Amino acid sequence: MSAASAVVAQTASPIILEGRSGMFGRLSDLFWRNPRLLLFLMLTPPLLWLGIVYVGSLFALLLQSFFSIDEFSGLIRYEFTLKTYGELLQPANLDIIVRTVSMAASVTLASAIIAFPIAYFAARYARGAWKALFYLGVMLPLWSSYLVKVYAWKLILAKEGILNWLFAKLHLTWLLEAWLSLPIVGGNSLSISYTGTFIVFVYVWMPFMILPLQAALERVPVNLVEASTDLGATPRQTFRKVIFPLALPGLIAGSIFTFSLTLGDYIIPQIIGTSRLFIGQAVYAHQGTAGNIPLAAAFTVVPMVVMGLYLWMAKRMGAFDAL
Amino acid sequence: MRSDRQTSAPLGLKLAAAGGLLFLHLPILLIFVYAFTTEDKSYQWPPPGFTLKWLGVTWSRPDVWQALGLSVRVATISTAVALVLGTLCAAAVSRSRFFGREAVSLLVILPIALPGIITGISLRSAFSIAEIPFSTWTIVLGHATFCVVIVYNNAVARFRRTSGSLIEASMDLGADGFQTFRYVILPNIGTALLAGGMLAFALSFDEVIVTTFTAGQQQTLPIWMLEELVRPRQRPVTNVVAMVVVLVTLLPILAAFYLTRDGDQVAGAGK
Repeated sequence: MSAASAVVAQTASPIILEGRSGMFGRLSDLFWRNPRLLLFLMLTPPLLWLGIVYVGSLFALLLQSFFSIDEFSGLIRYEFTLKTYGELLQPANLDIIVRTVSMAASVTLASAIIAFPIAYFAARYARGAWKALFYLGVMLPLWSSYLVKVYAWKLILAKEGILNWLFAKLHLTWLLEAWLSLPIVGGNSLSISYTGTFIVFVYVWMPFMILPLQAALERVPVNLVEASTDLGATPRQTFRKVIFPLALPGLIAGSIFTFSLTLGDYIIPQIIGTSRLFIGQAVYAHQGTAGNIPLAAAFTVVPMVVMGLYLWMAKRMGAFDAL
Repeated sequence: MRSDRQTSAPLGLKLAAAGGLLFLHLPILLIFVYAFTTEDKSYQWPPPGFTLKWLGVTWSRPDVWQALGLSVRVATISTAVALVLGTLCAAAVSRSRFFGREAVSLLVILPIALPGIITGISLRSAFSIAEIPFSTWTIVLGHATFCVVIVYNNAVARFRRTSGSLIEASMDLGADGFQTFRYVILPNIGTALLAGGMLAFALSFDEVIVTTFTAGQQQTLPIWMLEELVRPRQRPVTNVVAMVVVLVTLLPILAAFYLTRDGDQVAGAGK
C-alpha cells in the first residue's frame, strides 16, 4: 500500500485528474460524468423529428377517421362519430378490401415459390464470386427504380410488346387468348387484367422475399443436414423435415414485406390492371378529388390492422429473429 | 456413403434459380433497348430500327432538367438530415441500454414497415391542418423520415461490430469525447455511413408514393415519369429518362455494396 502511494507521489500525478479546460473539454467531461445526458441529447433530435413529423401526422390522420363528411355541403364535420367506419363496411368498399387482401396473399405465395430456389442456391451452393454475383443479382433489381420497373412491364405487356410477339413466334397465341378469356384472371389484354397486375406485383416485390429467406437458409446448421442424411433420409425428406422448417421464419419475414407492400400500393394497379380499385387507389381517390379525408383515413386503418395481425402472427412464429 | 457433402446443385435447382434471376433482370435490360428505338408512337417489339436521336431530344428538354434538379436537391437534403438523425439514433441504441430502447428502434423502422401511402396521406393531412404550403421542404420532410431507417440500419450493424474497447482505450489514453469521436469512432463507422447515405439517396431519388402527397404542383423526376406512365405523351423521351434513372441509381448501389463488402474486417473486431 505504502509503496504504491509512494510511486504515485513520486510521479506527482494525482489520482483524480483535473478537469479539462476549454469549452469542448468541459463539455466532454460533463458527458463522461453524465452518460444519461449525452444519451438524452443524442436521442432528442431523431425522436423529435419522428415523433412530430411522423407519429404526429399519423395520429392526426387516425383522428380524422372518426369525423364524417356532410353529404350536402361536402364539408368535414368535426365531431366524433363511427359513421365513416360504417361506410367502410358497405359492400363496394368491402369488395375493395377483399380484392386487395387476396391479391396480396397470392403475390406473397408466388414470390415465395419463385424466390425459394434463388435463395436456396445462393445460400447452400454459391461460393466466392458466385455468391457476390447472386447477392448483387438480387440487390440491383431490389434497389433499381420502382417506376422504371413498372414502366418496363408496361412495355412488355403492351399489345404490340415483346410478350405477345413471343407468344406469336411460338404459335401459342391461342394459349394466351384462352387464359385471357377466363373469368377473373382474364381481360381484354394482359395489361388490363388481374394477371398483369399480379405479374408486376410479383416482379417488383419478390427481391424483398429473397433476402430474409436466404439469410434464414444460411443459418441452417450444416451438421443437422448431415445428421439427417446419415440417419438415412432421402434428400427430399431432409428438405421437408429439416431444411424447410428451419427456413420458415425467413419465409414469413419475407412475406411481411411482400404482403405489406402489395397491400399499400396504388400505382401498379393504376397503370397495369383493371379499372376496379385496390385499397391504395381508394385512399388516393377519396383524399384527392372526392375530398373525403375521413373515409380515406378509415381506409388506411385497414392495412394497418391487417399488418398488425400479420406481424403478431409472424412474431409468434419467430419471424423477427430472421429479419 | 450418404454423408458426403453434395458440392454441386441438382440441375432442377440450378435452372429454377437461373430462371428466377433472369425474370428479375430481363425487364430492366429491355429498357436499354427501347431507349434507342426509332418507333415513337407505340411500344412495338422488335424495334423497327435504332437511333441516338432521342438522347439529344431528351437533353434539350427543360422540364426533364427541372425535375432532375428538384430530385437531386431533395435527395441531397434528405440524405444529410437522415445521416445526422440516423447516426445519433444508432449510436444511442447500440451503446447503451435504456427504458424504451425497443420502442425507439420500432419507431425508426415504422415509416418503412407501414405502407408508404399511409405516410403520404398522413403527412398531407397534417400539412393541410397546419396550413403549410407545399414546397421543396415538404417533400424533404417526408423523404428524410423514411431515409433515417436506412442510415440507422447500416450504422447499427457497424456499431455492433465495432469493439467498445477501442473507445475505452482512446479515453484511457487521454482523448476527450470529441477527439474519440473524430479519431476513433468516425473512421470505424465512416464507410457504413457513406453506404447508408448512398442508399438513402437512391431511395429518396426514386421515391414516388409519399412524394405524390407532399409535392403539390412540383415535379420530381419520378413524378414526371408517373405522369408519363398514366398519360403517355413523350414515349421516346420517357424511354431515355428511364434508362438514365437505371444508370444513376445503379452507381450508388454498386458503391454501397463495395463499401460494406469488407465490413467484417473492422479494427478491433476480434476483441
